[in-house]
Amino acid sequence: MTGFAIDVQDLEMRFGETRALQGLTLQVREGELFGLLGPNGAGKSTTINILTGLLEATAGTASVGGHALPKEARQVKEIIGVCPQDFSIFPYLTGRENVTLFGELYGVPRAELRERATTILDRLGLNGESDRRVKGYSGGMKRRISLATALIGDPEIAFLDEPTTGLDPQSRHAVWEFVETLKERKRTVILTTHYMEEAEALCDRIAIIDHGKLIALGTPEELRKAYEAKDLEEVFLKLTGRGLREGM
Amino acid sequence: MDRQRVMALVRKDLKHAVREPASLFILLLFPVMLTVVFAVTFGGIGGGASTTYQVGVVDLNAPGPSAHWSSDLAANLSATQILVPKAYADNASAQADLEVGNLQAVLVIPADFGASADAYRASPTNASAWIETSLALYVDRGSMIATQAIPPMVAQVLVVTLQGPTAATSLPVTVGVPSLVTVSHHGTFDYFVPGLFAYGAIFITMTVGQSFSTDREDGRLRRLNTTPLTPTEFMTAQVIANMVLGVAQVGLIFAVAFAIGYRPSTDLLGLALAFLLVSVLAVACVGFGLITATMAKSSSAATGIAFLFVMPQMFLGTFISGMAPSPALAAAGRFVPAYYVTDALTNLFLRGVPAGNGAVLGDLAFVSLASVLVLAIGIVLFRRFGNE
Repeated sequence: MTGFAIDVQDLEMRFGETRALQGLTLQVREGELFGLLGPNGAGKSTTINILTGLLEATAGTASVGGHALPKEARQVKEIIGVCPQDFSIFPYLTGRENVTLFGELYGVPRAELRERATTILDRLGLNGESDRRVKGYSGGMKRRISLATALIGDPEIAFLDEPTTGLDPQSRHAVWEFVETLKERKRTVILTTHYMEEAEALCDRIAIIDHGKLIALGTPEELRKAYEAKDLEEVFLKLTGRGLREGM
Repeated sequence: MDRQRVMALVRKDLKHAVREPASLFILLLFPVMLTVVFAVTFGGIGGGASTTYQVGVVDLNAPGPSAHWSSDLAANLSATQILVPKAYADNASAQADLEVGNLQAVLVIPADFGASADAYRASPTNASAWIETSLALYVDRGSMIATQAIPPMVAQVLVVTLQGPTAATSLPVTVGVPSLVTVSHHGTFDYFVPGLFAYGAIFITMTVGQSFSTDREDGRLRRLNTTPLTPTEFMTAQVIANMVLGVAQVGLIFAVAFAIGYRPSTDLLGLALAFLLVSVLAVACVGFGLITATMAKSSSAATGIAFLFVMPQMFLGTFISGMAPSPALAAAGRFVPAYYVTDALTNLFLRGVPAGNGAVLGDLAFVSLASVLVLAIGIVLFRRFGNE
């Protein structure tokens, strides 16, 4: 055990000639809400894919909840919840059926499942629509259902990859409030987002990565002070430049 | 293996089959429609009522000096325009045709028929001078009309043959008590039904291929891969769900065929074996579906690629192969699992072979081995090349 919820050391990832990660090192404390920021193609999703057991790093070490990856990927998957960028839910199931399906996959006892699903759907403002098939949902509703499926198992560590993209302000605030309850319950959350005000409002610490390297790490306040910026967006632009990036 | 996870996925996959219109049509509605269409086209519904009855005539009297009596009797049978005599050299071959429904009755003319007729003609009023004999009549017990109509008609023809159009009060020759014979009637539809069972299941290949490709495209396979679900649990759920679908298909096809009037020549054990055979074939189709998803770059491509596996099974292993199998086609059929299912179902349903028959169990063993092999190949290929 390293004492960290997540411990990444000198992580390298190559896709052919492309170096997606170049010696990335960072630690996330237990119960921390940790922001992982970076422009498109910086290596955020690659990092999350390695930490969730979907990819094997080319070099370096990574552990999640004290379990080394990729060797103990099975144990890691028992304690994490993942809300991916795309919705990745089943369109022919209802919202509630999607949530209970993932609850069963995460091992939630069936006796508790209904109540837990109702609670989480209610908190995300979806209870009224939860018995309709997801196929007919708006993008925002699909994203909230996706978030609910990631968190129904009450994971120790949650990976939320751009969970508020495409949401209206009301839905976004509902998600923020829900994420804050995770923090209150000492859950570790890794959040990626392109909304700087979201990271600033929610995260205890923030890592900014670019070209597969860690270029800044600290609390939002520490980063603002260190880079003499009025807000996190200014910090981000100072570090990563104003040039447009290709999506990855 | 976690039962809760497996059953959660099985329920999900069954809901997919029922709720997605394309899957619902391909897996459940299409086989049912096909069954109805075939029944209408090939005689399962309506028609089939015969106005003439084929009577096999075995003439043991023929070699004797009074052979003309036999030919007179046959001619009088024909004259009814209802009974159609067909000459047989021996009783065994006539009985064989009766048993498979080619005849409705068999009439055996005894060796002393001519002598008896001659004696009667010589002394029609002196019964003590007659030579008593008996015609043997066998009638299809499954045909109410045949059992009720043929014996009196034959008796009437006999009277006319011996006396001419004028009836007598008693005769030296009588018709024996009809022996009822169980006859199986097989129409074209009966030959199609075993193949229809296999036909429905082979389309599981297409739905599995599409489902895996779509889930891969939309990131759902990756998402599932972040949960504690193991590959074994995932594949077990796929197999169970598709076996259930295979059984549901057979149940529906059978129910529709039964309602139309189809009656297989088998018992409950044979029916249970039929369900088992098709559900085992479904396992092979999951394997073919995985190979399809491995080869397909997109879900739309999966539909086309699935036909690489569906078409050979359709043409070589279902009712289509039974239409006009050339020797080459029949030999090629032995390389597709569906062939063995259709062969076993044909033995059970059409030929009335018992469920414990070696040929049927051999087919089951072969299709089981083939299914496990195809599934294993599908899993290995998909995990290595198909799962991104």
